[in-house]
Amino acid sequence: MLRKIFVAAVFVIGAAQPLLADNAVDPQADFKAFREYFTKRFPKVQLNDFVNGPYSMDEGLRKQWQQIEEFPPYEFAVEHGKEAFAKPFKNGKTLGDCFPNKGVGIRQNYPYFDTKSGEVITLELALNQCLEANGEKPLSYTSQDMAALTAYMAFTSRGKPFDIKIPNDPRALAAYRSGEEYFYTRRGQLNFSCASCHVQNPGGHIRTEVLAPALGILNAMPIYRSAWENMGTITRRFQTCNSQVRGVPLPGQDVLYRNVEYYLSYMGNGLPISGPGARP
Amino acid sequence: MELRQSHLVLAAVASGLIGAAVLGWSAASAAPADGQKLAFDRGKGNCLTCHEIKDGPAPGNLGPALNDMKARFPDRKELIAIISDETKRNALTVMPPFKRNLILNDKEIEEIVDFLYTL
Ligand code: HEC
Ligand code: HEC
Repeated sequence: MLRKIFVAAVFVIGAAQPLLADNAVDPQADFKAFREYFTKRFPKVQLNDFVNGPYSMDEGLRKQWQQIEEFPPYEFAVEHGKEAFAKPFKNGKTLGDCFPNKGVGIRQNYPYFDTKSGEVITLELALNQCLEANGEKPLSYTSQDMAALTAYMAFTSRGKPFDIKIPNDPRALAAYRSGEEYFYTRRGQLNFSCASCHVQNPGGHIRTEVLAPALGILNAMPIYRSAWENMGTITRRFQTCNSQVRGVPLPGQDVLYRNVEYYLSYMGNGLPISGPGARP
Repeated sequence: MELRQSHLVLAAVASGLIGAAVLGWSAASAAPADGQKLAFDRGKGNCLTCHEIKDGPAPGNLGPALNDMKARFPDRKELIAIISDETKRNALTVMPPFKRNLILNDKEIEEIVDFLYTL
């Protein structure tokens, strides 16, 4: 127990301190420390298995998962997303027209930093921007329709390693830093940071839920959760985690959520996309 | 403790319910069952999220099992301090600061400690 807390302390403080000490943002150094922390703490977990979230931490859960995957509960979402991608807008264009390679096999490149707007563009945001640019109604970021689109895009990108780039642009580095800070800052009446659960306590049980490690935590998104009986987008998951600690969730695709996604996805670089996922 | 009691009495006087309030208070402090309720209630202590506790369903394990409390924590003040704000002892703990963040008041914390001493 003590050792566990100590190791977490070294990592969390180690990661946060340089930020305060000087202003240099060094994503590469963060990336190395982050990966080392998880691989040292869980030497038996294969690197590519971290993307399987709670299953990488718990043998019993893994067995259940193998059964779930015999009839993947997210299959309908992938199908629905595929159809939605092909269906013409009123103007005759399609969602595929907004994306490189018609949106197939590109999920690993999101989020990216858009040097024109100076902001992080996530997949969920890009999908709504596409709809709006074509005179269509944007989707709720927590809707089943949105989850279907990202499920389809993830499915066609399975096995491709996350390839998130941080251009040498002070605005991109600032977005990354802001996401990192959000991730390690405690909030809510229960006083948790994202890292309290997903860095300090991966594999730990909160009631009966097994906490996923922060390494590769976005690779499986979106997820079908049996507890929800439907799909959850990244937005929905972030908002749920905020609510669980009696914090105030941010609006969907708030710039801070996009920055957190940027930070976490960059930390997942090199690990394969495994979405859509199925969770208990 | 005394402050707490006189607060209650004041409140009771204000609402004209002296007898009921005082009785209510003394009954509560004598009944660890209320402490158990507070400890298990998801909207209150929700201690089971992280601690195994006798008779508690579906406990988590981020913290140690809560047992043998009298032997391990003979000083009541220590337990009160841990529940009130464990970050004072351990800045990195994930245990919520129940008093500082107004999740539990002094009376509720006392009741939970009464319950812990039955474990
Ligand atoms: C109080 C604990 C707690 C905090 C704090 C927390 N989460 Fe979670 N998170 C969970 C639980 C429980 C789950 C569901 C089990 C799991 O998959 O980890 C989860 C799941 C997730 C998942 C899906 C992982 C998967 O593979 O299914 C993501 C992504 C996530 N959290 C991100 C975050 C972010 C970002 C924050 C901060 C804004 C955060 N969490 C804060 C408890 C927490
Ligand atoms: C979100 C997790 C969490 C919740 C909820 C929680 N605790 Fe804890 N608790 C911990 C952890 C972790 C420790 C280990 C010590 C530390 O982190 O400083 C701990 C330590 C303790 C200890 C010291 C035990 C020992 O053997 O050293 C006591 C007593 C305790 N908690 C009581 C409670 C009570 C009573 C509640 C509910 C009112 C509660 N806790 C709620 C996480 C939690």
